[in-house]
Amino acid sequence: MIPAAFDYYRPETMDDVIAILQEHGDDARVMAGGHSLIPMMKLRMADVPHLIDLQAIDGLSDITIEGNRITLGAMVTQHDLIAHDGLTAAAPILQETALQIADPQVRYMGTVGGNVANGDPGNDMPGLMQCLDATINLIGPDGARSVAARDYYESAYMTAREDDEVLVSVSFDTPSGGHAYEKQKRKIGDYATAAAAVQIANSGGIVASASIAMTNLSDVPVWSDDAAKALIGTSCDADAVKAAVAAMLGDIDPSEDNRGPVAFKRHVAGVILTRAITRAWSRTTSRA
Amino acid sequence: MSDKMHIKLTVNGEPKEFLAEPRELLIYALREKLDITGPHVGCDTSHCGACTVTLNGKSVKSCTMFVAQANGAEITTIEGIGAPDALHVLQESFKEHHGLQCGFCTPGMITRATKLLEENPSPSEEDVRFGMAGNICRCTGYQNIVKSILAAASEINSAKEAAE
Repeated sequence: MIPAAFDYYRPETMDDVIAILQEHGDDARVMAGGHSLIPMMKLRMADVPHLIDLQAIDGLSDITIEGNRITLGAMVTQHDLIAHDGLTAAAPILQETALQIADPQVRYMGTVGGNVANGDPGNDMPGLMQCLDATINLIGPDGARSVAARDYYESAYMTAREDDEVLVSVSFDTPSGGHAYEKQKRKIGDYATAAAAVQIANSGGIVASASIAMTNLSDVPVWSDDAAKALIGTSCDADAVKAAVAAMLGDIDPSEDNRGPVAFKRHVAGVILTRAITRAWSRTTSRA
Repeated sequence: MSDKMHIKLTVNGEPKEFLAEPRELLIYALREKLDITGPHVGCDTSHCGACTVTLNGKSVKSCTMFVAQANGAEITTIEGIGAPDALHVLQESFKEHHGLQCGFCTPGMITRATKLLEENPSPSEEDVRFGMAGNICRCTGYQNIVKSILAAASEINSAKEAAE
């Protein structure tokens, strides 16, 4: 498969990136690892006359942990997430998620920024960022601005980012309590039939806080406040988990595709979320 | 639009320079411009891993990288890992343990396995299966590939111990 021709740019400063974006409007796109964009260009489903490769911009591959705030540069790869011991100690859900994305070769190239920015409902990082209540940091001609991950996704591939803005990093507070990222996929490299990101804090056997998001069950990631509320104040017993699953099933809106009909996806969503909540809770008690 | 670019790569230790359109994929540049035909085009959709090369220390699928992106990179292909009269331990091991049948996936398998053993010199069977998950074989059922990689790991480790 041969993509349409394009002009290639490898600028060394963010000012140059933004200048190229301003000059060419939506004929230009930035590329991080390229593992979502290149396949779409090969299929000619994406036409990018001006391709801006971010690999030469300094600082975009940094993982910083300052106090209880974690920042991941846009070019941090899934492999970097898996290999970073400090990050795994501070926020183990990132490693658990990254290990379930694609395969080793793809994880060497696939980035946090690309995964978050692309707005593909099948990508795992958007739901995870909503679970962690992350902030998405953008830079554009008018300077920097931040958008909450929970407000970032508008519809499939449509996000709060303007055409002349670049996603430079995501940041979030160190999560507390137990975590789980649970994903059902047909095979290695496939998108999720359903996936769930869960963080739960335990105070004396009672759920003190919870955050729950699911992936590929709507045209945007689904962070369910009602599902979290169904757990908070309970002992995370079977009835509470059932109530949380019921709340989530009220918020998702899956569509039929080659992973199955709607009824099957709703069934899988319930199974995956039950497993994720159970595992996250078991990790809180084991730490208490 | 899209004039040819002057591309410089270091492939298997040798500097290479050529002109290519930016949209050319690395696998085609290697095979058709440089006559390095060890990496294969299998699926052309970044699933099968037959096109795996090592690029700046990472295992990558060269069907999912533009040659423009690779400009300036150091690349190792199966040709840089062993030669017919001087096989790499992994190549010997694949031969010994019947880790291939048709052989189409083997260059990608072995290129990926060299990097896997570099990162994890004493993998468990599960580690090997997980670390090789980006490479598909349609002949062997994987059992003998896993066996070959585990045997190569222990051979490399015993050689290291003997040297110490």
